[in-house]
Parts: sequence; structure tokens; C-alpha cells
Amino acid sequence: MSRQELLSPEGLRVDGRRANELRRISCRASVLNSADGSSYYEQGNTKVLVAVYGPREPRTKSLAQHDHAAVNVEFNVAPFSTSERRKRSKGDKRLLEIASFVKQTFEGAIQTAVYPRSQIDIYIHLLQHDGGTLETCINAATLALVDAGISMVDYVCACTAGFIDETPVLDLNFVEESSIETPDLTVAVLPRSGNIALLQMESRLHSSKLEDVLELATEGCKHIHKKLDQAVLEAANELAKKLS
Amino acid sequence: MEIDEAPQKVDIAARIVTPGTAITNDPAFMRGHGTFSEHDTIYSSVAGVVERINKLVSVRPLKQRYSGEIGDIIVGRITEVASKRWRVDVNSRQDGVLLLSSINLPGGIQRRKSESDELQMRTFFAEGDLVFAEVQSYFADGALSLHTRSIQYGKLRNGTLVTAFPQLVPRSRSHFHTLPCGVDVVLGVNGYIWVSKHVPASK
Repeated sequence: MSRQELLSPEGLRVDGRRANELRRISCRASVLNSADGSSYYEQGNTKVLVAVYGPREPRTKSLAQHDHAAVNVEFNVAPFSTSERRKRSKGDKRLLEIASFVKQTFEGAIQTAVYPRSQIDIYIHLLQHDGGTLETCINAATLALVDAGISMVDYVCACTAGFIDETPVLDLNFVEESSIETPDLTVAVLPRSGNIALLQMESRLHSSKLEDVLELATEGCKHIHKKLDQAVLEAANELAKKLS
Repeated sequence: MEIDEAPQKVDIAARIVTPGTAITNDPAFMRGHGTFSEHDTIYSSVAGVVERINKLVSVRPLKQRYSGEIGDIIVGRITEVASKRWRVDVNSRQDGVLLLSSINLPGGIQRRKSESDELQMRTFFAEGDLVFAEVQSYFADGALSLHTRSIQYGKLRNGTLVTAFPQLVPRSRSHFHTLPCGVDVVLGVNGYIWVSKHVPASK
């Protein structure tokens, strides 16, 4: 069985990046007309489209909380997103799990007490899957929420990091993620305070390596924060020009 | 980061802030909408324009859902017929409420509400109808209470609804306009605009 070399002796990965390089990020806010807030986010070849509706009347009376808003997240993966076409059912456990991670992350960042008795809906669509699903969903959702004018304590920026050949690597793509030897850690931070909103890992990593990998991922989050901020200011300036 | 002391006509784009940006750490300022404070610093919680009125600092987001004020004229869509009230979608955080006692019953304004009126609520307004109403007050939970107790308010017929940003519709004395091309336009402050053909008032 041939073993694909994920990190060459010169320090280059399968897509030509160095160990501590992020993939190229391109993002835009306000891409949909009917949603209160929306964003299109690309990180490398992973593409995500997010629509945010809210705060609005809760769909069912049971969801309404008297003192804060309910956050509802729906995560959909397009059948054409992977190299082999595959349709996932609505109740797929993996999709529900990712949706619940995103929900928990944003419940800590959105100031839900400002919108009692209402519901904030976040609809995430993964259009192309090339690794880093959870991180791109969180980044794109942050952009869409800021675009919708929903009060947040800070941006939520997420990044993945792994460990290949004794080297911490940043932002894993699909090939690196699917390799069984590579641990894959996703961390979401609130950049201003440095507090961690989400820390998720499914594989095994030695505890002594955790700090290095975590530090690298947090560094990546800071860069992502700059990109998101730029996109927000761009959309805001465009809108201000049209309104004034 | 200090903010400008003298109120000046600055280009909007120059004062846009994003969530998590520090606005000021001067303890003399009070924080308003769109901000929160941590320790002694006031931070912005939305992406928008910083506004300062005397000692009050607030951030107005560029995009926001409609939040009602008493006296606003709005256009809403009936979403539900409940007991003695209708729930109306007004493009806000919560649906507005139109009480049966707040509408003009056919047969005269002073007509007493009867039990059969309650049972026939759907004949007045059904789900999906558009109403032109005014905000009367708030309920305890923050929902808007609407009324149509005037001849110009009521059900809207024979036209089209157009939605726009609520910020684009200013509050003014008259929200009912007739355009020279023979079109009637009703501008709801909540961003819902009703366009219909002009029907001349018959003598």
C-alpha cells in the first residue's frame, strides 16, 4: 500500500503550502437578497454559503424563551460537494452534530438577551468540501450574523490544525484530514479576548503536543479575523454609500 | 481610542465600527444600543455607525429589522387568526398583534362587539391578508399592538407588496401617496410598501 507523503522533506505539503500557512480565503457578505444577513466564504477549495434570518417570530411557541433569543442552526451538504455525488438525508447524525456545534458556539457569542421571545435562524450550505467543514461554517456564519446586524460580543473565528511528522500544521485540507495518522483539531476563538468558544477533536493527539497545535490554530484564527473584518467593512461601506 | 469631540458632518464611511471594536474608555459616557461594556471600556456589538448624543454613545447597525415606535404607520401580513386577535407579520423581532377590539367593525364605529363577531373573525381578516395599520402601544412582552381605527386603515386589496429596508422609509406626516402615473403607493415604516392602481374617490 503506497503511503502518500503529506509533508515533504523540504517542508511542503500536498498543495504546496508550508506547515504554518493558511489556505487562500475569499469571502463576501450580503450576497442574498431575501435573507437578513448572508455570506459566501471560500477557504481554499471549501465553499460555504450561509443565510441568516432574524431575529424573527419563533416558528413554534415552544421555542420561544421569555428572556433571550433561540438560536437555530441547519446545516446542509450539497450532493455535488464531494468528488463522488452523494445525497445525505435531512436527519443525518453527522450533519446534526455539526449543526449543534455551531449552535453552541454562537450561543456564547450572540447577545441573545437583547432579543427576547425571538428566533435567529442560521442556514448553512456546504457547496464544495475540501476539508475544514466546521471551521468554514463558523467563519461564514460569523460573517452572515454581522451582516444581519445581530448583536455579538465579538467575531468568532475558527481554524483547524493538525500534526504531521512531528510538525504542527495549520488548516488541513481534505487529503490531510482523511489520512488516519493525522490528528485534526478545530478551535474557535473570540479574537479580542482570546477566549475559546469551541475546541473539537475526534482523533488522538499526545497531550504534550496539544499546546503547540492549539497555539498554531489560534494564530490562524487571528489572520482569519482580519479577513472577516475586511469583508465586513467592505460590505458596510458599499451599503453606506447606497444609503447616504 | 477616543472619539471625535466636535459634532461634525463626517462622511459616514469614516466612522464605521465592527463588533468587538473599542469605542471609548472614558467613564463619563453612557452606552446605548449596539454597544456593551466590559470593565471600563465601551465596545461595539454590531457593524454600524457610531452615534454620539451628548453623553450617550450608541452604534446604529446599517441593516436591522424594524423595531416599532408608537404612532408608526405600517403594512403587515396576517399570519394567524387566534382568539379575539390576529397575529401580524410586521418585519420585526416579534409578530404584531391586532386585537378584535382595535378594528373598525362593519356597520359603524360605535357598534358593540358581539359573540358572532368573534366567531366570524376570518370574514374580517383572513391569513395572508395585508393590513394597513398604526402602532398603538406595546404589550408586556414587547410585541406591537396595532389598530385600524380610522377610515384610511384596513385591508389592502388589488395591488402588490414590495419589501425594502426599513431604514429607507422615513417617518413623515403622510404615508399614502398618489403618483402622477396613476399609481397609489402606501409606504409602511417597517419596509413593506403597497403599490396599487389609483382609484379616484367616487362622489
